[in-house]
Amino acid sequence: MSANTAMAEKYRNNFLKEIEEQVEMGDWVKMCMQCGVCSGSCPTNFQSAWEHPPQELFMMIRAGKREEVLTTTSMWNCTSCYNCIVRCPRKLPITHIMHGIAEYAHRLGVAPKMQPTRFFSGLFWKNATKTGRVNELKLSMGLYFKNGFGAGVKEGMKMKDVALGLIKAKRLNPFEILGGHTCKDQKGIQAMLKKAYEIERSRKAAKTAG
Amino acid sequence: MAETKVAAYICKGCGLGERLDTDALVKIAQKDGKVPMAKTHDFLCSADGVAMIRNDVANEGVTHIMIGACSRRAKTEAFHFPENAVARANLREGVVWIRPDTEEARETTQDMAEDYIRMGCAEVKAMAAPGGNPNTGSSKTLLVVGGGVTGMTTAIEASKTGYPVVLVEKTGALGGMAGQLWKRMPVHEPFKSPADTGVADLAAQVMGDSNIKVYLNATIAKTDGAPGRFVVQIATESGATHTEDIGAIVQASGFTTYDMNKLPELGGGKSPNVVDQLGLEALAKAAAAGDGVIRRPSDNQPVKSVVFVQCAGQRDPSGTHLAYCSGFCCNASIKQAMYFKDANPSVDTTIIYTDLRTPGNGEDFYRSAQEKGVIFTKGKVSGVQPGSNGSTVSFHDLILDDANATIADVDLVVLATGQVPNSGVDIFAVPKEGEGEPEVKPISILNLNYRQGTDVPQLKQGFTDSHFICFPYETRRTGIYTAGPVRRPMDIAQAREDATGAALKAIQALENAELGRAAHPRSGDLSFPKVRLEGCTQCKRCTVECPFGAIDEDEKRFPVFNESRCRRCGTCMGACPVRVISFENYSVNTVGAQVKAVDIPDEFSEKPRILILACENDAYPALDMAAMNRNEYSAFVRVIPIRCLGSVNTIWVTDALNAGYDGVMMMGCKSGDEYQCHFVKGSELGRVRMSKIDDTLKTLNLETERVRDLEVAITDIERVPEMINKYVEELVAIGPSPFKGF
Amino acid sequence: MAKHEYAFYPGCSSQKGASASNYLTSVESMCKTLDVKLTEIPDWNCCGASIGYAEAGELPRHVMNARNFALSEKNLPGQEIVATCAACWLGARETRERLTHSDTLMADTKEALKEAGLTINEMPEIRHMVEVLIEDIGFDEMKKHVKKPLEGVKIAGYVGCQTNRPFGVDGESFENPKYLDNMVEMVGATPIPEYDMKVTCCGGALAFSEPDKAQAQIKDIIESAYDHGAEMIVTPCPLCQANVEIYQGQINQKYGTKFNIPVMYYSQLMVVAYGGSAKEAALNGQLIRARRLEEIAAK
Repeated sequence: MSANTAMAEKYRNNFLKEIEEQVEMGDWVKMCMQCGVCSGSCPTNFQSAWEHPPQELFMMIRAGKREEVLTTTSMWNCTSCYNCIVRCPRKLPITHIMHGIAEYAHRLGVAPKMQPTRFFSGLFWKNATKTGRVNELKLSMGLYFKNGFGAGVKEGMKMKDVALGLIKAKRLNPFEILGGHTCKDQKGIQAMLKKAYEIERSRKAAKTAG
Repeated sequence: MAETKVAAYICKGCGLGERLDTDALVKIAQKDGKVPMAKTHDFLCSADGVAMIRNDVANEGVTHIMIGACSRRAKTEAFHFPENAVARANLREGVVWIRPDTEEARETTQDMAEDYIRMGCAEVKAMAAPGGNPNTGSSKTLLVVGGGVTGMTTAIEASKTGYPVVLVEKTGALGGMAGQLWKRMPVHEPFKSPADTGVADLAAQVMGDSNIKVYLNATIAKTDGAPGRFVVQIATESGATHTEDIGAIVQASGFTTYDMNKLPELGGGKSPNVVDQLGLEALAKAAAAGDGVIRRPSDNQPVKSVVFVQCAGQRDPSGTHLAYCSGFCCNASIKQAMYFKDANPSVDTTIIYTDLRTPGNGEDFYRSAQEKGVIFTKGKVSGVQPGSNGSTVSFHDLILDDANATIADVDLVVLATGQVPNSGVDIFAVPKEGEGEPEVKPISILNLNYRQGTDVPQLKQGFTDSHFICFPYETRRTGIYTAGPVRRPMDIAQAREDATGAALKAIQALENAELGRAAHPRSGDLSFPKVRLEGCTQCKRCTVECPFGAIDEDEKRFPVFNESRCRRCGTCMGACPVRVISFENYSVNTVGAQVKAVDIPDEFSEKPRILILACENDAYPALDMAAMNRNEYSAFVRVIPIRCLGSVNTIWVTDALNAGYDGVMMMGCKSGDEYQCHFVKGSELGRVRMSKIDDTLKTLNLETERVRDLEVAITDIERVPEMINKYVEELVAIGPSPFKGF
Repeated sequence: MAKHEYAFYPGCSSQKGASASNYLTSVESMCKTLDVKLTEIPDWNCCGASIGYAEAGELPRHVMNARNFALSEKNLPGQEIVATCAACWLGARETRERLTHSDTLMADTKEALKEAGLTINEMPEIRHMVEVLIEDIGFDEMKKHVKKPLEGVKIAGYVGCQTNRPFGVDGESFENPKYLDNMVEMVGATPIPEYDMKVTCCGGALAFSEPDKAQAQIKDIIESAYDHGAEMIVTPCPLCQANVEIYQGQINQKYGTKFNIPVMYYSQLMVVAYGGSAKEAALNGQLIRARRLEEIAAK
């Protein structure tokens, strides 16, 4: 049984409860008063990028629309600008809830597979935690080559002028591909993160069991 | 009465002495005003100035005082001479403050001041000092009709203030609607959970108060008389009738919930598992008496899911159901959802609303419900289909724009149906024509023995009349106040505040009544209408038009004035075609004399004259405030304050036009359902009468522009001067009145 | 001893050869003038940034920041942590808030830190460099060092998101923060207080993953600067700087615009105003050169 099916069965009709227990800051969802200020404050929602803006997502969670919420691309459009947070009259940490729902969908393996920001988000975290510090070149290359080699070259060519400019301004080092900046205690970092994941998993599991 | 002796006093303070030729004003008073005594004073409202006037009254036999100083609205305490007839010429707010201090303006400003002196002298001579209403009563007992939260609170508040109370309740117990509740929404920090209703405490306080006499299972059989001397007959269950002498009345007859049987599409009356809010209170009370579990009426099984339908039969634009929002139901549903959540958090509770209205600390209560897991869904419920295994609620989800949203297997549906006032008989109701079932006639609450009907008039939607900002508890029957949901939808906290306010207004009314003085808005006024019956033609206009039902009719259809019911607006005076109704200090003559006293320059002078009849409640204060802000206006107008547009007798207008005035501005309050008239119907009646003025103008061969009817509110401080100046320009364009110099 | 000493958290983008290396160079010169000593936290690691959310989860994210706290406490005891990068500052501050308010999260964090041989005893203060400038040094002191006022240079103060929300600089409003305009004024240049895109998002990480969406926003940000007569844009955030500067060519291609406006850090303006060389101000680190500043620096 997939993680997703297990969770769906565990919480059955109560998607709100599932979100409250499994999603970071998910217990705030019930406090939304449906004013819509978040949707009206979101820069990418201005571009109609969100199929369901935050206000709607909160409503859908309460209405139990589990699959629609978890599989939508909506919250992956978040730019982390925090405008919704500072404007929410109910003080909901909306940015974090959006990240949280996205993370949960990703964790259950139901998030839209080729959503570019989902891909980049994972890539970034792996890049940053591998050595403790971000390798900007590898990060960019990883992104361009996400659709295979041919597409990657094409994407890379589009960015050629930008990259050359950065190299000229000494703000991109082509030799980073060979290594670049790293933390010294990489072992410690890996051990620490491994433990953190372990603890986090067991905490969520306890909620599911409880 | 002693011989009339008029004295004119002209103040030189507040810049009047510098801006005006006061010596000339004295001469005007003597020559044109024909007063035997005219004086100036440097500072008339000072102790010295007032002493001068008092001395003249005491030693010189002065009976009539004309004060040429500030507005009649200013320095009322200094210039308080209740034994004398007093007129005020408004030289400060009416002249120097609204005119520029320039050489060019000096002449017209002086003209203005001189006219006001002439007008003041003419007015005071047509006056007598008001003697007060002799037909008073002295009962200090308050009658409270209704034993709910509002009624009980009124009774307790009045009793605490030292007034005896008679409380009449139609059922066998005190408590009213609130008595049927299990709990109420909280009124104290932290506003998180339902609280005790407090009804038992209130009832105990009422029953334990020797100053409050309670009649249960009783109704009002008849209400006779007037403030201070109402005679009320109380019919009790046994058939016996008790008579009580009453000073003032507070009607707190409350509300009934809107009948959910009129909402079959929402399952109303279709299933025992669809209840209204009151029905749920009964279930909660039953649960509290047992194991605390609210059960489904159909099979007594514990309720596991409940849906609250807000605005059921309310805010209906189609006219089928209630058009208004009852205001309390959102909080009531939140409270009821908590009945379930507090007992068992796993019960699914959904409130379907279109706009959640939880003002004030209701917002904290709402948040608390969200914390407790109550689901709030913004949607409009289209139907409730009761089934054997629970109901299905269909709704349009307004956030997701899903017109076919449903919630299935709902154990209990609660309809928030709102409040319908128990306001008695609609005395203005037009009987419905055609067939169909005969409407069930509402039962009278007060059974008033008044010419105009048995109950207090209603304004809209069956609620009793009340002006929600300026005078909320005043009905159109003096000495009778309404409080609580009978005058507008409200919750317990608001009803209690309402009750307190109404109790104080009722006390004020009965105290004024004993002293023969008017109640709101001319509180303390000692004048009252006098009628010269020998001239009366029994036309009934005064008895029909009096907004306050103050005038009954005798067997010969002559008017019978009940002075204590009168608010002194003068609507009867304006109505009387033969002009036999007047007040000692306000009459067809007092105003007419002022109209005639103005000096009308000839048509070559380029000095038009415009008469302004300004309502003393809004327009006149607006003019005064415009003056305080030094908003200038034309020197060609002459303003006469009037009690109400309703008191305007058309003779004033025709007299003015005949005398050569170039135009007349009538400034009165807004009329209609959104009225701002302090006498409710006065400005409306005044306007109806004035609408016929065009015929008069035609017979005089005058342009219709020469009379202008204007709505002015007290806040029109900037607007009024603009209106005046614009009108003057218009009249200049039309040209002078042809009646000048006749 | 320097007047002000802080534990310094430069962040990934400020490293040598990284996208905000010019920021670091100018900050170093600026701090020298103001007698501020920044000591890099030894072996600091990435904050995780907001964009790491899909994989990071909650605890691992906070643990990353907590490691920096622990290193700072161990090596630079008693010093406040100063970040120049908006995201680093935000990430660290968020971790500080969460750990302070949740005993469970704190305990879990400590347990994970133990694996790296570290611990936290005291929560450090997390400051952004602009907070240090405004609150610890003050406008009067900053102004004293101005030798070459940037007279006549009209600069749009682009505050962006993450130094402004959700925490922001104390005393500033989210909708219209004024400190950047005040700094522009302080260096003798002309601020544009009515610049209406000052807190509009540049698209953040979406500039990488969904460039069309980000560039639509960047276009508005630049267009408004031009509309208000700006010659250059100034910002306190490395990602804002990069996004607004480096995609101007692509935006021109897409929208037919002719954008070519320099995007500077406040620290670069200050170094030039303080009489520093173009190199000290890292003016050579611009893709779109700030000629006016180069001229002033060369004088």
